[in-house]
Amino acid sequence: MIRPLLAALMLTVALPAAAETVAITGGRVVTMGGAGEIARGTVIVRDGRIVAVGADVPVPPGARIIDATNRIVTPGLVASGTALGLIEVRAVESTDDRGTRKSDISAAFDAGYGLNPDSLLLPVARLGGITSAIATPAYDDAAGRELLFAGQAAAVLLGGAPMLMKRGVAMVLDMGDAGAERAGGARAAELVALQAIFAEVRDFARRRAAYDRGETRDYTLSRVDLEALLPVVEGRMPLLVSVNRASDIRDALAMAREEKVKLILEGAGEGWRVAREIAAAKVPVLLTPIENNPVSFEMLGATLGNARRLAAAGVTIAIQGNGNHREREMRYNAGNAVANGLPWQAALAAVTINPARIFGLADRIGSLEPGKAGDVVIWDGDPLETVARPVSVLIGGVEQPMTSRATELRDRYLPAITQNRSTGEKQ
Amino acid sequence: MIRPALSLSIAVALAGCAATRPPPARTPAATATVAAPAEPVRAIDANPFPSTYRAPVVGKVALVGGNVLTATGAEIADGTVLMDGGRIVAVGANLPVPEGYQRVDARGKWVTPGVIDAHSHLGAWSQPESADALNDVNEMTDPNTAQAWVEHSIWPQDPGLDAARQAGVTTLMVLPGSANLFGGRSVTLKNVPATTMQGMKFPGAPYGLKIACGENPKRVYAAKGRSPATRMGNVAGYRKAWIDAQDYARRWDKWEKGGKVGDPPRRDLQLETLAGVLKGEILVQNHCYRADEMANMIDIAREFGFRIRTFHHANEAYKIAPMLVKEDICVATWASWWGYKMEVFDAIEENAPLIHAAGGCAIIHSDDPLVIQRLNQEAAAALSSAWRAGLKIPKSEAIKWFTANSARALGIADNVGTLEPGKNADVVLWSADPFSIYARADKVWIDGGIVFDRSDPSYRPHSDFTLGQVGGAR
Repeated sequence: MIRPLLAALMLTVALPAAAETVAITGGRVVTMGGAGEIARGTVIVRDGRIVAVGADVPVPPGARIIDATNRIVTPGLVASGTALGLIEVRAVESTDDRGTRKSDISAAFDAGYGLNPDSLLLPVARLGGITSAIATPAYDDAAGRELLFAGQAAAVLLGGAPMLMKRGVAMVLDMGDAGAERAGGARAAELVALQAIFAEVRDFARRRAAYDRGETRDYTLSRVDLEALLPVVEGRMPLLVSVNRASDIRDALAMAREEKVKLILEGAGEGWRVAREIAAAKVPVLLTPIENNPVSFEMLGATLGNARRLAAAGVTIAIQGNGNHREREMRYNAGNAVANGLPWQAALAAVTINPARIFGLADRIGSLEPGKAGDVVIWDGDPLETVARPVSVLIGGVEQPMTSRATELRDRYLPAITQNRSTGEKQ
Repeated sequence: MIRPALSLSIAVALAGCAATRPPPARTPAATATVAAPAEPVRAIDANPFPSTYRAPVVGKVALVGGNVLTATGAEIADGTVLMDGGRIVAVGANLPVPEGYQRVDARGKWVTPGVIDAHSHLGAWSQPESADALNDVNEMTDPNTAQAWVEHSIWPQDPGLDAARQAGVTTLMVLPGSANLFGGRSVTLKNVPATTMQGMKFPGAPYGLKIACGENPKRVYAAKGRSPATRMGNVAGYRKAWIDAQDYARRWDKWEKGGKVGDPPRRDLQLETLAGVLKGEILVQNHCYRADEMANMIDIAREFGFRIRTFHHANEAYKIAPMLVKEDICVATWASWWGYKMEVFDAIEENAPLIHAAGGCAIIHSDDPLVIQRLNQEAAAALSSAWRAGLKIPKSEAIKWFTANSARALGIADNVGTLEPGKNADVVLWSADPFSIYARADKVWIDGGIVFDRSDPSYRPHSDFTLGQVGGAR
């Protein structure tokens, strides 16, 4: 039996392979924390945690030194809205654990289970500077659209086993076109269904003993789904709502207000049109700022200016990648937001400290500050630039291999090409 | 190349013809004729849907002081590009600007040829893509739909065309989808605002034939309970079609060489397109991911005497780079896409750079309405992966991956793709180094006419669909 409520309290932290002290010296340190940016700073990581960050930090005796002179040092990037650890090859069904077709496991579906630390997607994401992620369930619509909730997202680390950092960081729900479709084909039906479900969960919360004795009315939800939604109605677990149309965003904000649930918006293609309302509700937004096409009738207002306008209105934004295998493009998406007016610091925050804050992880990741995990990336240039690359990636203070299966393939075939070329031969 | 349609007067059996480079493409396509006017049998119209595109009447423009990537291998600091009559007339460092030219200050900015996407579905699979009514890209009713021409699916109001133009895309080849072994003919478009496909059709550009390898056709037709259900079924399907095409071409040839006496063979649109490939008039644009399958396709091409112009996607091209260089086949691919199915499991970021390093024709393509807006960034990702691997490829070379080499793959390299005197004045003025994530296309010219100007407050997207919509004026 899955017990999400208890499981949510169980925290797992990746430990370094060996307890040691690492000093990253001489780099331009962009802390994303209170210390701001340090032109030539030192970051000390001991036993997997950051213990000091600053311009005049002495290097402890015996520390292993990583010279970051002329490099940029940032916190590890945090990818939100991924399925890293849950998927390998999209078209090979058995490698896709993002969702279930079982109708009695909806809200109870927990992405914190079944994570694969050997996934080949993880090294690829790491080479894009990503050190942690929000593994997010997806709806499996193969057998009809009957699930209201996709399930619970989990925070994961990309430094190998174990991946799980924190369970139950959000409850995933589609609204707008997709949510309407699952509710029978109309937006209004979903809103009514949500009201009924939240009422049911509250009823269940008051009468658990009676429920166990079989003395309550029949609930539409399974017991595991009812339990999984308790932290949502109690305002402890945010509802991560995928939604795009301005009016749908307003409906989501109103629903959250009435039901007193915490909200995170994802997508928000027309978010710029209701930016002030989102900001006033203190609701954060996860978005892909390059989504500028009117891909559907709920995205007619999509624009490259979305990130800039939302941030300018005071909305906390996190920028997403292009999905799983293409998660490494997250920093390029942030760069594109800068090209369209978002300040550079805000764009970097949108891939580091902001997602950490949004998912309740800011006490351990998202910035270079004493006490936080030693998730550090050293870049050979501007981290938002395509032509820059990480030269070193630390997760929990452990330097990660700067290889992936793809770079191994490259190295297998590269010599034949360069040798052929140098002798002018063609085979 | 000028003769997109069939000229049935050449014997198909002369397979070597297929290797002949087509003549340069200045002549309007409509001049391609098929039969002597005196024929009692009505001649086959080689160009039944002719381009109605007319280059705009334009003045003289000088882009002055920019960093110019010519896509011929040169990077010119403080460069000047002169455009007159819709053509490039001079490119060089510190050129004097003759009288009568409108000066455009390009200092601190970069100048490149217009971006050319060698693989797009814009117009055929339009926005909003959630509307099935706007998806006309895959005629998934038979593994061979070589008779279909994707130009008849083009909706010039696709808002995606506006977005691509705002990103510097001046030319694109639109292909049918990859569900079929033979998807149909491609069409090359100038990315100009128009209300008809003919108004965008690139004059003189050759047709392409979309062929698809691998998982897509076998998956689609296995699900329908028919062949192909396997890769060997795919190959059997290609070979049967080429045998039929040879036979068809032979019958026409016999009739034409026999003095055109009696009734001509019955026309067959499907075989007409395949026969056009055998004659070298239609270029093979082959969706094919895996190295082993590309090798099989090369053997098939040799068996039937035609050439493959480009392998598209081709994520394993790096495994057979010397073979592709020797065969003179372009590789149109991405840097970042991988893992969505088994045949793209071995994709690497360095694919295009490795083809380039082997001396081949490397292209960064989109196949996507978002990637088409940032082919420069996709190329930059490929370029930086090359640097990481120790390959010293300069930007002046990498610019070819989405300009000159794409033009070559499309058979329009005599017209566009580089900044050289005589070429069409398709030019992008970038706000910064186009290999930077922060660069945006500030001004875009097609044939010397400005089609996008970021500083023009009166600019509105062309698409009628966006008019009056919430995003219409953004």
